[in-house]
Amino acid sequence: MTTTTAAPAKQRSVRSALGSLLSGNGALVGLLVLCLALYIATPAFLTGPNLVNIGIQASTIAVLAFGMTFVIVAGGIDLSVGSVAALSAMGSAWIFTSAGLPGWMSIVAGLATGALAGAVSGLGVAFGRLPSFIATLAMLSVARGLTLVLSDGRPIATSPEVSFLGSRLGGVPVPILVLVVTGVIASFVLNRTVVGREMYAVGGNVEAARLSGIRVRKVLVTVFALAGVYAALAGMLLAGRLNSAQPQAASGYELDAIAAVVIGGASLAGGVGKVSGTLIGALVLAVIRNGLNLLNVSSFWQQVVIGLVIAIAVGIDVLRRKNTRH
Amino acid sequence: MKFSITTKVVTSVVTSLVLATTLTACNRGGDAASGQQSVTLSLSTLSNPFFVDVRDGAQDAADELGLTLDVVDAQNDTATQADQVANAITGGAAGVIINAVDSDAAGAAVAPALSDDLPVIGVDRAVNDADITSLVSSDNVAGGKQAADALAAAIGEKGKVIVLQGVAGTSASRDRGQGFAEGIAAYPDIEVVATQTANFDRAEGLDVATNLLQSNPDVVGVFAENDEMALGAVQALGDRAGSDVFVVGFDGTDDGLAAVEAGTLAATIAQQPTELGKQAVQLMKQVLDGEQVAKDTPVPVQTVTEDNVTDFLQ
Repeated sequence: MTTTTAAPAKQRSVRSALGSLLSGNGALVGLLVLCLALYIATPAFLTGPNLVNIGIQASTIAVLAFGMTFVIVAGGIDLSVGSVAALSAMGSAWIFTSAGLPGWMSIVAGLATGALAGAVSGLGVAFGRLPSFIATLAMLSVARGLTLVLSDGRPIATSPEVSFLGSRLGGVPVPILVLVVTGVIASFVLNRTVVGREMYAVGGNVEAARLSGIRVRKVLVTVFALAGVYAALAGMLLAGRLNSAQPQAASGYELDAIAAVVIGGASLAGGVGKVSGTLIGALVLAVIRNGLNLLNVSSFWQQVVIGLVIAIAVGIDVLRRKNTRH
Repeated sequence: MKFSITTKVVTSVVTSLVLATTLTACNRGGDAASGQQSVTLSLSTLSNPFFVDVRDGAQDAADELGLTLDVVDAQNDTATQADQVANAITGGAAGVIINAVDSDAAGAAVAPALSDDLPVIGVDRAVNDADITSLVSSDNVAGGKQAADALAAAIGEKGKVIVLQGVAGTSASRDRGQGFAEGIAAYPDIEVVATQTANFDRAEGLDVATNLLQSNPDVVGVFAENDEMALGAVQALGDRAGSDVFVVGFDGTDDGLAAVEAGTLAATIAQQPTELGKQAVQLMKQVLDGEQVAKDTPVPVQTVTEDNVTDFLQ
């Protein structure tokens, strides 16, 4: 990566090489350093089964964060994804267990609930002119409340179709398959579709986007509805792993999802962000949690460490943007 | 055909959501007309099945004794709870039953009620630094010890075990953990190799137990400070749960009891949440009728294993 050049230009070139390394792969470097440190610290870390565990444990946050990537790229924020995940999973379990409808419908109902909740937030942002922070803060509360109403505060058993999402298919954990497929789809939407490119345009400069003929409101509703669908899938993934939809599932996960997207190099100002970065961000969070368990670190200190890693990762992001400005 | 089914599903989801919202909206009010004495039950949270059972027990007792019960949910927020208690007093409640979000903070929350000479009864969790009328609670420390004994019996009194802790800093986690530590110390051949938090949450229990089993593959027992985390650990163990690794939970929730019956959970320490709610309301009725009541009403906890689980299943 660091190619040596003539002596006078050497210092400058090392600096720019470091800059390009950080700008391209800041989060990836962080992830690799973290893995190396854990590999040295404990022999239990770098084993096949443990890496598979990390993949499974990263899946829920990763899927939520893929949805969040759309929103953040378009210049918004979605605080409701954890609650929407819980509501969708509960809706899907309720359709099957309490309403007695067939299992495949539970998946459809779950996804529809997520899309609906997301679209409502999106309508509030696009037509109600609410800041996305406020619209989705309201949805966070409404969706969690409806989850409790629907469940009466008790867990509900999931349908076999939802439980399948938490099982294995020919030895491969389904959550990892879902992570890969949803990641590829999210990347395709952002990079290869018109609406995806429009999300970058809206997030980069909403006025310029409007003047160039982009239907900003349509893009915003699409963005939040997509985040809702991804949240629904994440919720059902989590419920599937437990064979039960929990009333308090995924609470606080929105912050993990935002952290994953930002660690992955997206800017909260909008217009910047990649699905690959988000995946790395989600893996960083999963690796830290896994490593802290393996090392039996006290629960009091775990929260301190996780906070510091997020701060450092975002610090790298700021440093990187400074470098690219030269 | 497909379209119409999808439409039905969407419609049913929407209808259920609207219906649910309306029902919640209608739950308020209605007690002004009846001449009954009204008592406020302030619960720490209703998003945990345990406290839903406390509410159900309290509601049944209130219906039986002719009291109106106003149930408020503090959503695990100490400030919300203080506000709700204050609102109950101005709303004319005859007494307050409080399930503290935090034992220390609850003292300040109930102070205005006590200075108005309203009876205050604590349920499940203590109220510190306040002279409340009475406390109805399970003994969590004793329960922790019983859990240690049950786990020791299941694993043949020797081997490595791991502990899944609840939310750091809560009294339930402290007391159960302390009881378990005291209890397990009596078995010299049992070693606690890891103690990690999973925040009383099933999904976290699954992840943390999976991780701990990676670093400690020779573990034979798991103690979880509530049933939710225990069920997460059972999920992490798969077929090994109940055959070569034994899990002991705490609370005796419906799912926990079902797992004991299925043999995947070796034991759970059953609190009696409906009994807690019921006794708190009965005590309140006695106080309102001018009777003297004891300061402490312990509600026993019971070890539930495969042998006696049928007594607990409803």
